[in-house]
Amino acid sequence: MESVVAFSALAAGIMVGLGALGAGVGIGILGSKFLEGAARQPELVPMLQARMFLMLGLTDAVPIIAIAFAALMMFANPFLGQIG
Amino acid sequence: MAGSSPAEYISHHIQNLTYGRHADGSLGFARTAEEATEMGFWAINVDTMFWSLLTGIVFCWLFRKAAINATVKNPGRLQSFVEMLVEMVSTSVKDAFNGNNALIAPLSLTIFVWIFLMNLMDLVPVDFVPQLSHLIGIEFMKMVPTTDVNATFGMSLSIFGLMIFYGIKVKGLGGFFGELAFHPFGKALLPVNLVLETVSFIAKPLSLSLRLFGNMFAGELVFVLIAALVPFYLQWAFSVPWAIFHILVITLQAYIFMMLTIVYLSQSHEIHDAH
Repeated sequence: MESVVAFSALAAGIMVGLGALGAGVGIGILGSKFLEGAARQPELVPMLQARMFLMLGLTDAVPIIAIAFAALMMFANPFLGQIG
Repeated sequence: MAGSSPAEYISHHIQNLTYGRHADGSLGFARTAEEATEMGFWAINVDTMFWSLLTGIVFCWLFRKAAINATVKNPGRLQSFVEMLVEMVSTSVKDAFNGNNALIAPLSLTIFVWIFLMNLMDLVPVDFVPQLSHLIGIEFMKMVPTTDVNATFGMSLSIFGLMIFYGIKVKGLGGFFGELAFHPFGKALLPVNLVLETVSFIAKPLSLSLRLFGNMFAGELVFVLIAALVPFYLQWAFSVPWAIFHILVITLQAYIFMMLTIVYLSQSHEIHDAH
């Protein structure tokens, strides 16, 4: 019981942390490339912005899914039901 | 509710109102989360159904009203707004869809507006509707249909069905399975191709629904966490900025779901050259 709770807490922490790490790097690269492109070709900004937001949503999704599952583990741990 | 611990409060807020068969065989609403789990597959989340159908009806009614009253001479606010949305979806479809199919644009418009409206329920204060339904005797009430994984999977499986249907209709049965079997490496490595393509084919509806669900569930959970852990006189300082940020998220997720639907359906309309 206790070890399941402890490992779940660790798992939730790792899920959130690594997800945030990857998404942070990804969104950083995305934003910097967008700014570069915008500085080079200001007339393309509306088109680039729409695509950037689309990619932002795609990049954002994976860590957000990880956070949702981590939150599930924190508040309604499915593994606790298995040990009865 | 008010006196319960934060963990109880949170798990109460992420529990759907489930109707199904109890362990003793009688039909009824689940009173606890364990009962809802025991009902298994043949149970229905009544709150998800109610709110998703309600937002769907609101969408149809609003757009029908705008379409019936549409005039060229003096367009009203509603008409201009609907025209703007239709035009936005129409440009996206024209940009991303290469086939010839009259269903895609209305489908995309429906997906975008419907998911947006369902996501919009997230901006209603977290305790408002649950407390009201508590007063009339309904124990659980989850307002946002897209925070229920059943609703998002329902939508993405419909898209999956359309992908298979149009894939077989446009390319023929042989063409559809040929694309799964011969695509990345040619005929020599058929089993490898089959595994790779099947996995990527099945990953599409899976990621589509989990993306929407994950975003909305995490967003809702942050609202619930703020309501559970922060004293009531400080809650506005956290929930208002998050709500403003969340307006971006809900629109973006509706847009992404729509765009990916268009792209996936466009892929099932493309005929590739045989290798």
